[in-house]
Amino acid sequence: MTRISIDPITRLEGHGRIDLFLNDAGSVDEAFLVIPELRGFEKFLEGRPVEEMPQITSRICGVCPEAHHAAAAKAADAVYNVEIPEAAEVIRRLQYNAFMAGDHATHFYALGGPDFIVGPDAPASERNIIGVINKVGLELAGKVIRMRKESHEVAELLGGRRIHPVGMVPGGISKPVSAETAKRLREIGAYMVEFAKESLGIFDNLVLKDPRLRGLIISDAYYNKTAYMALVNDQNQPDAYDGHVRVVDAQGNEVVRYHPRDYLDHIAEAIVPWSYLKMPYLKQFGWRGATAEASESIVRTGPLGSLNASTGMQTPLAQAHYERFYATFRGTPVHQTLAFHWARLIELLQSAELVNRLAHDERLTSPDVRTVPSGTPRVGVGTVEAPRGLLTHHYVTDENGIVEKANLIVGTTYQYPAIQLSVATAAKKLIRPGAELTEPIMNGIEMAFRAYDPCFGCATHALPGTSPLEVRAFSAGGVLVDGLRRNGDGSLERITALRPDAASPAANAADSPGGAR
Amino acid sequence: MTAKLKLAMYCAAGCGGCDISLLEVHEHLLDIVAAADIAFWPAATDFKYADVEAMPDGEIDVCFVNGAIRNAENAHIARLLRAKSKVLVAYGACSAFGGVPGLANLYPVDDVIDRAYTTQSTTLVDQSLRPTPSAVHGAGSAASGTAVGLPAIAGTVTSLADVARVDFTLPGCPPSTDRVWEVCQAIVAGELPASPAIVGAGGKSVCDDCRLEKHGTRVSKFVRSHEIVAEDERCLLEQGIVCMGPATRSGCGGQCTDALMPCRGCYGPAGDSLDQGAAMVSVLGTLIDSDDEDVIRETISQVVDPAGTFYCFTLATSLLGHARSANPDQEARS
Repeated sequence: MTRISIDPITRLEGHGRIDLFLNDAGSVDEAFLVIPELRGFEKFLEGRPVEEMPQITSRICGVCPEAHHAAAAKAADAVYNVEIPEAAEVIRRLQYNAFMAGDHATHFYALGGPDFIVGPDAPASERNIIGVINKVGLELAGKVIRMRKESHEVAELLGGRRIHPVGMVPGGISKPVSAETAKRLREIGAYMVEFAKESLGIFDNLVLKDPRLRGLIISDAYYNKTAYMALVNDQNQPDAYDGHVRVVDAQGNEVVRYHPRDYLDHIAEAIVPWSYLKMPYLKQFGWRGATAEASESIVRTGPLGSLNASTGMQTPLAQAHYERFYATFRGTPVHQTLAFHWARLIELLQSAELVNRLAHDERLTSPDVRTVPSGTPRVGVGTVEAPRGLLTHHYVTDENGIVEKANLIVGTTYQYPAIQLSVATAAKKLIRPGAELTEPIMNGIEMAFRAYDPCFGCATHALPGTSPLEVRAFSAGGVLVDGLRRNGDGSLERITALRPDAASPAANAADSPGGAR
Repeated sequence: MTAKLKLAMYCAAGCGGCDISLLEVHEHLLDIVAAADIAFWPAATDFKYADVEAMPDGEIDVCFVNGAIRNAENAHIARLLRAKSKVLVAYGACSAFGGVPGLANLYPVDDVIDRAYTTQSTTLVDQSLRPTPSAVHGAGSAASGTAVGLPAIAGTVTSLADVARVDFTLPGCPPSTDRVWEVCQAIVAGELPASPAIVGAGGKSVCDDCRLEKHGTRVSKFVRSHEIVAEDERCLLEQGIVCMGPATRSGCGGQCTDALMPCRGCYGPAGDSLDQGAAMVSVLGTLIDSDDEDVIRETISQVVDPAGTFYCFTLATSLLGHARSANPDQEARS
C-alpha cells in the first residue's frame, strides 16, 4: 500500500489535505480530503446576546463576512419573530448581492480561474492572478481591482465598514440610506453589470471556444451525478438573500422544497473519524458514505446547485446566459463539476443586475429601516445562499435572547461529501498505475475541489492559512518513496530521500501521524 | 539605491480579514511591491515554511503576524518569524489581544468538541464517532488501519506577545485601510517610531473620533442595541446603549458609531489601560445618574453578558483570559 499526501492544498480559503492510497497495482484505491481544524465558534457563541451574532459570527471569515452577518441577522429576526421594514430588506439585499458579485469576481480571477485562463498545464508560477493579468492585459487587472474595491465600498456605505460590516440588526438596518449614497450605489450597480458581462465574454473566448478546455470540462474525471439544492424565490429562481430551499435529484426532479426553518427535517450531518469537518446529507435517504453509489443523499449547492435546482434566473441578462449554459451541456441538471466556474459567473451577473435594480428602488432611501422587536425570543434559523453555497445559522436562546445553543452549517460543509467524491473521482481517473507523479496531475486533482471555491476557514470555523504544496508518497512502513515539491518561485523539486528535518509542520504531521501541530 | 525591503505576512488563527485588509490598499499595493519584496505571505503566494527556515536570522525587515495563537503550529511559526525578522508587528486584534477567537477561553476545549460532534442538532447517527489525533482509517480499503494524522486541538487562545517579542502592535478588527497604508508608508520611509509601540492608532479613545455628540446626559438604565432606534447625532452611551468607545483606543475613525452601531472595542484598551473591561466598568460608573454605590452596581449589572461585551476582542489578554485553562498540557505556549 502506498500513501500520497497533497498537503496543504492551495488557492483556497482555509486548510486541507488530500491523502491518496494506492493499491499494489499502483492505482488509487481510496482518496480522502482531510480537514484538520476546528475553531469551536458554536460553543463560544453560547452566553452571548443574539443581537451580537451578526458581528461575532462575521469573524468566522474575513473573506465572506457579509454571508455570516446576513445569516445571523436573519436568524436573530426569526428569534424575535420580527418583520423588517421593506426599505431594510431592499438595503440588505443590495448589500448582499454586491458582496456576492465581488466575491465571485475574486474567485474567478484569483483562485479558480487561473487553471482555465492561463491553462491547467501552465507552469505553477504562472497559474495565478499575475498569470491571468499577463494573459488578458493590465487594463482588466484595473477593472478587477475596481470591482473588489466597489464591492467593499458598498459594505462601507451600507454597513459602516469595508470588512466586517455592522449594519444589519435584528429588525432591520441600523441607519437609513441618504440620497447621495443612493446615487453612488447606482453608479456602482451599473459598473458591476458591465464587469459581469465582460467576465462572461472572457470565459466565452478563452474557455468555451478552446476545444481542449471544453474537453476538460466534460471529461469523466470531473463528472459526478448528485442531487442539487438552492435557495429560490416563488418562481424557483435563485435568490441569494431569502426564499425556500429547493432540492432536485440527479434527474432534475424536485425531491423537496422546504422553508429554511424546517432544515432539521431534511438535513443531518454524519461524523467521519478521519476529518474534523462533518458531512451533511439528505436525511430522507440516510447516510451511506460519500460514494458514487450513495449519490442520492449527496447534495451540491453553490453556483452549480443554484442553477441546477432552479428553473431560471431573476434577471434578463443572467437568464440569457442560463439558457445558453443548458443548451451547451444539452440538458439539466449539469453534472460536470468544472461547470461550477461558468455557473459562478452567471450568478455573478444576476447579483450585479440585482444591485443595479435595487439601487434604483424608490424604497432604498426611506427613513423607515427598523422595527423594534417586541416578541419573546426563543429560536430562529437564518439562511442565505453564500458564495460557496447554502449557509444556515440556527440559534436557540433563553427568554432574554441569550444564545443557549448555536448550529452553523456553511456552504463548504454542505458541499463536503460532494467535494470528497469529486476529489476521489479525479484522483482515480488522473493517476495511472506506474506513471510518474507530475505537477499537472497534482493540480488536476486540486482542480476538482477548486471548482467549489471551498472555504475551509468557514467550514471549520477556523482560519484560512494556506501554504505551499507538497505531494509525498509513502510506503506502508512510512518510508518516503516518491515526492514532488512546488517551491515559492513555482519551480518543481523532486524529493528523493526522507530528510530528518522534514520541510514543514504540515509534512511532519504526515510523517508522524497523531503528532500534534 | 538601497536594496528593496523584505516584508512578510503570516496568518495564525484569524479569519483572513487581516489579509484582505492589507490587499485593501488596492492600487497602493503596487507602490508597496515597488519598494519591497514579499518574502512570505501564504495567503497570496506559494512560499513555504522551509523557505523561512532556510533564511538567516534577521533576513525579513518587517513581518506582520495576524491571527491569534491557538496551537503549537501557530506558536512555532511565530517564534520562527521572530528570529528571522528585524521587526515583528502584531497585526490586528487577534494577534494583539486574542480577538474574537479568544472568547473560546470561556469554555474548556472538551465542551467545544462535545458541542460539535455529540450534542449538535444535526448529528444524528454514530455520535460515538470522534475525529481524534489517534484515529485510523476503517476496514475495506488500501487505507485500512493507517493512522489519519489529525492534529490535536489546542486548549487556550493567546496573543502573539505571549509567545514572541513584539516590536509594534497594529490593532483593529481588521486595522482600517487608511491606517494600514500609513504604517506601510512609515516602514518604506524608515520612519517607524522606537519600539515597542502601538502604530496605526491614536493615543486617545474612539470617542475622540466619533461624530456623535455628547451632552453630558446621565442614564438610569441600559438598553440593548436592538431595543431602541438610536437617535442620530447623539452619543449612544448617553442613549443607554453600551458602547465601548470610551475604553477603546482611537484609530478606526469611529466607523461603527457612524453607522449608529455601538463600538465593540476592536482597537483594544485606550491610553495606558491594560484591562479594557475594567476601564469600561469605571466609565459606566460615572455615566449612571446616581451617586449611590448600590444603585450604580445594580444598574451596571443590567448589562447582559459582561464578559462578551467588555472583552469581545481582548478576553485572552485580560485578567480573565487564562482563568479557564482546563488542561495546561494543551496550552500553545507549552
